[in-house]
Amino acid sequence: MNLPVILVLKPVAIAALALGLAACATPEPRGTGDLGLVVERAAGRVMLIETSGRTALGRVEGLGDLSHAAAVFSRDGRYAYVFGRDGGLTKVDLLGARIERRVIQAGNSIGGAISQDGRIVAVANYTPGGIRLFDARTLEPLAEVPTGSKVVGIADAPGNRFVFSLFEAGEIWIVDASDPRKPLVKKIAGVGKQPYDGFITPNGRHYIAGLFGEDGLALVDMWNPEAGARRILGGYGRGEEPLPVYKMPHLRGWAVAGRYIFLPAIGRHEVLVLDSVTWTEAGRIAVHGQPVFAIAQPGARRVWVNFAFPNNGVVQVIDVADMKVVRELQPGRAVLHLEFTPRGEQAWISSRDDGAVVVVDTSNYAELARLPTASPSGIFLTSRGAMTGF
Amino acid sequence: MRRLAALLALTAASAAAADDPAPERRAELLHLVKQDCGSCHGLTMKGGLGPSLEPATLAQKDAEQMQFVILHGRRGTAMPPWSTFLSEAEARWVVDQLKKGLPR
Repeated sequence: MNLPVILVLKPVAIAALALGLAACATPEPRGTGDLGLVVERAAGRVMLIETSGRTALGRVEGLGDLSHAAAVFSRDGRYAYVFGRDGGLTKVDLLGARIERRVIQAGNSIGGAISQDGRIVAVANYTPGGIRLFDARTLEPLAEVPTGSKVVGIADAPGNRFVFSLFEAGEIWIVDASDPRKPLVKKIAGVGKQPYDGFITPNGRHYIAGLFGEDGLALVDMWNPEAGARRILGGYGRGEEPLPVYKMPHLRGWAVAGRYIFLPAIGRHEVLVLDSVTWTEAGRIAVHGQPVFAIAQPGARRVWVNFAFPNNGVVQVIDVADMKVVRELQPGRAVLHLEFTPRGEQAWISSRDDGAVVVVDTSNYAELARLPTASPSGIFLTSRGAMTGF
Repeated sequence: MRRLAALLALTAASAAAADDPAPERRAELLHLVKQDCGSCHGLTMKGGLGPSLEPATLAQKDAEQMQFVILHGRRGTAMPPWSTFLSEAEARWVVDQLKKGLPR
C-alpha cells in the first residue's frame, strides 16, 4: 500500500480572486453551503460554482482522466473528493480553489463514498476489482478489500459501513469500516445477474441494486442484512425483448419521492415506480428514451429524467401526484446530469455537446443562467456532504 | 496476369478509399466513439464497465469480428448493436481507428 501522495505546494492564485477576496489582505470568511463543482470530463478539470449568484468561481486543473467522475464532500463542506476513471482520488479545497492532495490508488475506478463520520473515503475500483479505504484528512491508505469483480453502486450506510455490488459476481457486499484498518466484510451472494449500479435510500435503511442481466432489482434491508437480498420488481420486462441500452442508467441520486421510488427501467423507455412500503410496482411511466437518471426535485413533487444516446437532448419532468410527464425541456445536446439546489428552486443541467451548464428555475422552467463549460458531465453540490448515500 | 493482379489490387484500394467516411462524418464518428462508446469503455478507451479498446488490447483481435460486434452487439453483455447509427463501412473505419489509436 505504498501510494504516492502528491502534496500540491503551490496554491493557485485564482482562488482568492475567484472568491472575490483579492481586494482584502485578510480574506472575508465565507461559507460553502452554496458551492459545488462541475466535472469538465475531457479537460481533467473541475469548474467551481456557487448557486446564489449562479456563477463559475474558477477552475481546478490536473485531476487526470475524468471520463466517469464522481464526487463526495467533507462534512464541513469545504473539500470535495473527486474519483477519476484513472484511479485518481483528488481532494479539492473549494475555498482555496486548489488541489489539497491527490493519490493514484488503482488502475481504473468508478466512484466512491464517504463514511457517516466523515473520516473515511472509500473508492470503488474496476481494476483491480475492490474497494480501498483512505483517511479523509490525509488520503493515507488504510485498508483494501479485494473483490475479484468490478465494484459498482457503492454507498455509505449508517454505522460507518459501505455497501456495494459486484458486476460479474452478482453479489452485494457490506463493509463495516468502524475500525478502518480492519474492515469487516459481509457478503450476500446470488443477488441476480450483472448488478450495474445501486443506491441507498435517504434514511440509510434500504440498499437497492439494479440488474442489467435480468429484469428486476435486489433489495437489502440494512437493519437486517442477515436476511440477505430480496428480489423486487422481478420480471418487469414481461418477457419482451429489451431495447438496446446505449448508456447504463445511474441509480445514485435522490429518486425517492415520498413512499415512491422512481427507477430507470433497463431496455425499456419507462420509469418504474416502486412502492417502498410494499416493495411492489406502483406504476410505470412511458418516457422519451432509455432513462439514465431519475432524480426527485427536493420537495418530492416532481421527478426529472434524462436519457441515453440517441435521445439525450431532452429532459422530462414527471409529476409525482399524477404519475405522468408534465413537461419536456431541451436544455442542450447530450444532457449528462442534473443536480438540484438543496431546497429545489434551481436545477443545474449539464449539456456536454453544447458545452454549457444550464440553470433552470424549477417553478416556471425559465433559464436563469448558461455557463460555458468544456464537456460538462457530473454536477455536485456541497449539500451532498450532509446526506446519507451521497 | 501480373497486370491483372495489380489492377485488382488498385480497384480494391480505391474501393476502400471510396468507402471511407467523408471528413465531416469522420469527426462525428470520432466524437461518437470518444463520448458515447466512452461511457462504458472510457474517454481514452482504457476500459470501464466495458473492456479496454486500446491498440495493445486489440492487436490480436480480428477486425471483421470487431466490426460485427460494433454493428450487432454481444448477447449476454452490455454491448448494444450500433447498426442503426453506423454503416458497415463506418464500423470498419472505427475498427481501424481503434486499432491505430484514437487521435488525442
